[in-house]
Amino acid sequence: MAYSEKVIDHYNNPRNMGSFKKDEDGVGTGIVGAPECGDVMKLQIKVENETIVDAKFKTFGCGSAIASSSLATEWLKGKTVDEAGQIKNTEIVQELNLPPVKIHCSVLAEDAIKAALNDYKKKADTEDVPEEAATPA
Amino acid sequence: MKLPIYMDNHSTTPCDPRVVDAMLPYFTEKFGNSASRNHSFGWEAEEGVDQARKHIASLINADAKEIVFTSGATESDNLALKGVVEMYKEKGDHVITSSTEHRAVIDAAKSLEKKGVKVTYLPVDKDGRVDPDDVRKAITDKTILISIMLANNEIGTIHPIAEIGKIAKEKGVLFHCDATQGVGKIPVDVQELGVDLMAFTAHKIYGPKGIGALYVRRKAPRVRLAPMIDGGGHERGMRSGTLPVPLVVGFGKAIELCAKEMPEESVRTMALRDRLQDGIMGALEEVYLNGHETDRLPGNLNVSFAYVEGEALLMGVKEIALSSGSACTSATLEPSYVLRALGVGSDLAHSSIRFGVGRFTTPEEVEYTIDRMIKAVNHLREMSPLYEMAKEGIDLKTVQWAVH
Repeated sequence: MAYSEKVIDHYNNPRNMGSFKKDEDGVGTGIVGAPECGDVMKLQIKVENETIVDAKFKTFGCGSAIASSSLATEWLKGKTVDEAGQIKNTEIVQELNLPPVKIHCSVLAEDAIKAALNDYKKKADTEDVPEEAATPA
Repeated sequence: MKLPIYMDNHSTTPCDPRVVDAMLPYFTEKFGNSASRNHSFGWEAEEGVDQARKHIASLINADAKEIVFTSGATESDNLALKGVVEMYKEKGDHVITSSTEHRAVIDAAKSLEKKGVKVTYLPVDKDGRVDPDDVRKAITDKTILISIMLANNEIGTIHPIAEIGKIAKEKGVLFHCDATQGVGKIPVDVQELGVDLMAFTAHKIYGPKGIGALYVRRKAPRVRLAPMIDGGGHERGMRSGTLPVPLVVGFGKAIELCAKEMPEESVRTMALRDRLQDGIMGALEEVYLNGHETDRLPGNLNVSFAYVEGEALLMGVKEIALSSGSACTSATLEPSYVLRALGVGSDLAHSSIRFGVGRFTTPEEVEYTIDRMIKAVNHLREMSPLYEMAKEGIDLKTVQWAVH
């Protein structure tokens, strides 16, 4: 399958690849997917004053999965926690020109963002976490 | 060394230039229909076909009359299964095959099942081999056909065909063998193997695409087949249609070259394959061989690289043509059914890569591939959360994954 240039670029030059310590203050970690399914994404955010100041990812998966998570970290930086929750998988599909068979990679990235935000909120002990966001995908 | 490198010789092979040279006159000067009996154009074409048929029969120790030309191994497999089942339906309605056969056999069997035929799909052991005892146990008085491949197209494992052939003969059941990956690469003798039908094709052995053959035994027993294509009664009535003479001639030439060069070629390709295997597995941890350690096609190497996904790996070495058992390379999103049948976990099936060393593979290409694979695997492992977790001492099997 032919990849878009943007996917290839993220694959060759992954943005923000790496890890934060999970127990660090202000860090939210989301791990989604399963090895049996061929993709696992770990996405982490570092939040200061409700703004995401840094983000990191590690991904086991195809080129599109790697690119989706790499792109997600780029988009997360500078966003408030609320804004980050608005990122939609369809935007990732559009930005990376993902073919239909790879849409699940973008869904996984959206799930990873939600899971990281959720983990952060839980740690921050925010009381108004909506019930639905409390379950990692 | 030229890029890209072709290392996917199980998929197809380039035509040997000597094959192309042999074919060329049959497009223009010797263009006749080999079935034309009344003029020299037909005779000339027929002579080309006859010679090819002889070379092909001779390589597998068959008689020239036992070779039926088809469009390729897929058609040969279909003709063997469907043709036998149709012809012998009074005798029984049970077919035995294995779970790691090529789709040409599995899907033909599935199609027969829809028509009421009973099919047994035998399991394989961890190296990918069918146990002949399982074949024996599966035979009933309704069994009319056994179909087991010679060598697997993904993992290269060679099945104990001669042993199965003996059982088939003893029980009086016809035995078909899909030998697509074996003919021309390892010695194949239909008498020794005890097969009654055998499918193979030209494009896997440096011949042209679009031409294959089905060996159909004429004596002890005389196998009869219901044709799938009706028409002028070509190929002893088993496969009508004007023969593609240039392709037939190319097929014959390809076989002739294999016959002549196999002893030297199989040693050379195996040495290159072994170097590839040692180079990769010696430099990287947690690389697992899929298939049989020794009973394997000389050019085959199939390995799983733990913690990295196969398609991502292919993307990292895109100047090298390889194949992966990862789901992402297929439309179904399911990882290789062959690897799953060996008991390889889905995670490692997703991480598998198939290398196919061939006639034109050079030592330089092998060294380059080793180097690039090591770099790409390390790059992806650094990016892999699974590798990180494993390094932290977490047992990935105990993690509660959210299976999607």
